[in-house]
Amino acid sequence: MPFRPRRSVLPGFGLSLGFTLAYLGLVILLPLAAVFVKTSGMSWPDFWAAVSSPRVIASYQLTFGASFLAALFNVPCGVMLAWVLVRYEFPGRKLVDALVDLPFALPTAVAGIAFTAIYAKNGWFGQWLEPQGIKVAYTALGVWLVLTFIGLPFVVRTVQPILEELEPELEEAAATLGATRGQTFRRVILPALRPAIITGFALAFARAIGEYGSVVFIAGNRPMHTEITPLLIITKLEQYDYKGATALASVLLVGSFGLLFFIQLSQRRARRAHA
Amino acid sequence: MKPKSLLLAALAAVLATAAAAKDIELLNVSYDPTRELYVDYNAVFAKYWQAKTGDKVTVKQSHGGSGKQARAVIDGLAADVITLALAADVDALYDNAKLIPQDWQKRLSNNSAPYTSTIVFLVRKGNPQKIKDWDDLVKPGVSVITPNPKTSGGARWNYLAAWEFAKRKLGSEAKAQEFVARLFKNVPVLDSGARGSTTTFVQREVGDVLLAWENEAFLAVKEFGADKFEIVVPSLSILAEPTVSLVDKNVKKKGTEAVAKAYLDYLYSDEGQEIAARNYYRPRNETVAAKYAAQFPKVELFTIDAAFGGWTKAQKTHFADGGIFDQITTK
Repeated sequence: MPFRPRRSVLPGFGLSLGFTLAYLGLVILLPLAAVFVKTSGMSWPDFWAAVSSPRVIASYQLTFGASFLAALFNVPCGVMLAWVLVRYEFPGRKLVDALVDLPFALPTAVAGIAFTAIYAKNGWFGQWLEPQGIKVAYTALGVWLVLTFIGLPFVVRTVQPILEELEPELEEAAATLGATRGQTFRRVILPALRPAIITGFALAFARAIGEYGSVVFIAGNRPMHTEITPLLIITKLEQYDYKGATALASVLLVGSFGLLFFIQLSQRRARRAHA
Repeated sequence: MKPKSLLLAALAAVLATAAAAKDIELLNVSYDPTRELYVDYNAVFAKYWQAKTGDKVTVKQSHGGSGKQARAVIDGLAADVITLALAADVDALYDNAKLIPQDWQKRLSNNSAPYTSTIVFLVRKGNPQKIKDWDDLVKPGVSVITPNPKTSGGARWNYLAAWEFAKRKLGSEAKAQEFVARLFKNVPVLDSGARGSTTTFVQREVGDVLLAWENEAFLAVKEFGADKFEIVVPSLSILAEPTVSLVDKNVKKKGTEAVAKAYLDYLYSDEGQEIAARNYYRPRNETVAAKYAAQFPKVELFTIDAAFGGWTKAQKTHFADGGIFDQITTK
């Protein structure tokens, strides 16, 4: 039987689906396709050499590793922030709420420069931290720090609406049934929040993988140590190596897409198991 | 002729010249540390050109890492002239897009480099690490700031100067490679362009020594005070030849060939050379050079053609993907 949409009370399915596909195609798929078309001009050995040199591998480790750790760190911090914003009334709450979105709006280069200025040897924090042997600017720690900064709103903004719908009565009911605070959190609140947390984590993670502007200022950009993959892409472009650059870009693309897809899939499975 | 028709004729003449005087806009795509130089030069050239032809010329400038700038032009930035850090980046315009003829460098005198510069050290006041020459840079505990040679023209000159010093002193290419590898082990931050490295060294106070263009070092001292920084001149350095060229395809399309050509030629004039010298670039013109001799420290300079067989070869051996720079930094 040919596919036929069920009659909906709302008209315009054909038109809106057509628009959606055209829009997705134009805005997302077309530029991405260009990446793969450029890459396809390379032979397999060339491609492999471009994406697997030691320097590139080191940059994957930093990019994916720091992004993962930053997103992971944002989970407890972001949930806590969302919790405070939803559950408590305090003066200045609206202000804090607006502050959370700032990393979305700020040009990331500004964030990078600001973080570098603060954490460099002569900066506000750097002058205290460096004598303790803690170097932040120009190390992987600095990379992780800015990635945490840009990823935070993703977790807060996905968890917040779910928390808002979660009524305090649920917790009170759990308490009257004899659950400890820990049990209430683990058995009642966390399961309800889990899908939102995973989504927030995935978004923050994916965003961090592609981040360039803020990281290059604080990273120090030393090959093998503090060089992120997006910087290597730019470096290759500056050497007129368009194919090499698109080869790296395609690895990042496939990596990010694979991760997002896997997270979506596992989330759906978890939800089904939970139901 | 009646007075009235005389007046009319005069009016017509005024109108004709007004109509003939054009507003011309040129785009000069340059590298990082030439901002101040071309701000000065553009004003002087505009005056010269207006006096000569009556046309008003406005020159816009674009600055960035030399390689990045070349790529922007290849990708379609409509530059009339390019004034980059080294010949290899100008070569890329021929190699990748055929925007200029292959023999572009022979079109102007002195290898198309109207002014030269060299690489010197900028250290903090009092030179606490006692840095005198290249071999002080590889000592353990000395922190060296240089941009990334893969993306910065200036950094490639730095690298090659260190290499040649080591080759002469230690006697072999293998030893030179080891020397340069040790030097780059002492680099905590690799910015993509010369200006970025200056910021790291001067504003963030990272590093003991900055390997810098001579003009950039002078500028930093002038800007931030001689009470903060000192210039150290090594025993040997490289003659850096920042090269300029017309972008033939673009000027033909825009109809700006004559003025763009004059713009580059005038760099070689006495006035152009004086401006270069005042901005701490070493002039080619001997009278101007003699006049500013006291300003520039004496240092033994070698050329890239003599030591490395030209840019094409140096680029391929040292800076291409998988080249020596990649090898020493991935170890």
